[in-house]
Amino acid sequence: MMEPQLITPIGVGDVVTKAEQAKRDGNRLVQIGCTKIGDDFEIIYVYDKNYQMTSYRITVKQDDEIPSISGVYFGAFVYENEIHDLYGIHVKGINIDFKGTFYKTVIKHPFSVTIVKEDDSCQNK
Amino acid sequence: MSKQITVPFGPQHPVLPEPLHLDLVLEDEKVVDVIPTIGYVHRGLEKLVEKREFTEYVFIAERICGICSFIHSQTYVQGIEQIMGLEVPERAQYLRTIWSEYSRLHSHLLWLGLFADSMGFESVFMNAWRLREHILDDLEATTGGRVIQGVCKVGGVRRDISPEKLDEMVRGLKGMEHELQDLSKVFLHDNSIQHRLRGIGVLSKEDAYQLGAVGPSARGSGVAIDIRETGYAAFGKINFKPVVEYEGDCYARCAVRVKEMFTSIDIIEQCAKKIPDGPVDMKVTGAPDGEYFSRAEQPRGEVIHYIKGNGKKNLVRHRVRTPTFTNIPPLVTLLKGCDLADVPVIVLTIDPCIGCAER
Repeated sequence: MMEPQLITPIGVGDVVTKAEQAKRDGNRLVQIGCTKIGDDFEIIYVYDKNYQMTSYRITVKQDDEIPSISGVYFGAFVYENEIHDLYGIHVKGINIDFKGTFYKTVIKHPFSVTIVKEDDSCQNK
Repeated sequence: MSKQITVPFGPQHPVLPEPLHLDLVLEDEKVVDVIPTIGYVHRGLEKLVEKREFTEYVFIAERICGICSFIHSQTYVQGIEQIMGLEVPERAQYLRTIWSEYSRLHSHLLWLGLFADSMGFESVFMNAWRLREHILDDLEATTGGRVIQGVCKVGGVRRDISPEKLDEMVRGLKGMEHELQDLSKVFLHDNSIQHRLRGIGVLSKEDAYQLGAVGPSARGSGVAIDIRETGYAAFGKINFKPVVEYEGDCYARCAVRVKEMFTSIDIIEQCAKKIPDGPVDMKVTGAPDGEYFSRAEQPRGEVIHYIKGNGKKNLVRHRVRTPTFTNIPPLVTLLKGCDLADVPVIVLTIDPCIGCAER
């Protein structure tokens, strides 16, 4: 079995502070990812040092604005542009802001909608 | 101050098998700034979790990339198994380890061929790909697929390898070793190649770590990150050391890949000796309810599959953070200050896999 993982919920206002703390502690930025849960969007920031992951989760609405951590971790711009282009969440202060052209998708913000399934019972019983 | 001009590089370029675009801001022949652009072939495969049951989705995860296909499926099923608390049979873990190292071998040989071709060494390119055919033949013989293996499933693997075949595979790899040594000598000792790679595209250790470099791009700069050390699959029972170089230039990144091929052969040999008898799969019931970041070491570096399920047949979310995606910021940094003529070689040394990045 692999290592247990804990994702700590934080407020939007703590995102940059936690990133600065992670950097001071010698962590690298592993990824930032977004998940749509109902009308909410969960964004998870993952840092790593010596194969120990530290993860923080914020929950926002699509109209909310979240701060960029690209001032702390330069490489964050790829994840933040991705979140904007796929989910339509505005990220303020990205160091390299593609302004919606990072991904060229036919449908705007394609991951911000969920395909509704009529039958969601599991066949794998 | 010289006048600045912007030169577009890609998305169609002789050294790029896949579309990546760079806007290179030049002063004379020097690159002073770089704006990367991807997104030309974004497929949105992650969105298909809403249409495919989590057991079927293995086939989609495997099709994210045609080079790291096996490791994508392995990482995905590991995540599902972790959420569901499944103890996969040990023999299946060893088989996964063997196939993932075969994937690394064929990927590195593919890259070495392309890299040689980018520098005009066509005979080396053909030799590297000739050797790669042996690896693909073994993959096909044991899994049924050369590019997409389709052998990983939640709870184990679909096929076993007989002891006789395992012996034959190890003998084949040992027989290939002297040919790989000959190939390695060209990349590690040839004067022309050293002249082309030494001191070019230098990424410092600190930059590599802070910018999120992974795989040979990180290890070539002295950052010893290799997710195999976490012991997933059977790696926890195998003795190996990550290959690390310290110069941080194109030569170092090339040397890491060359030396890793021999590490992979050694790992496969150890697996063949240690693999226990027993079943290769287990019955799986129910559906995943929880979330997990599953990690593995692909030929290009750390890959992460984030999986979130709610106990129903379709996952809530499957997100893949591929090594190429996180190697883009380091690429931007190491291109700054280089000569325009060196850009193709430097870009190739991060081994960009746009298929993965545009999953």
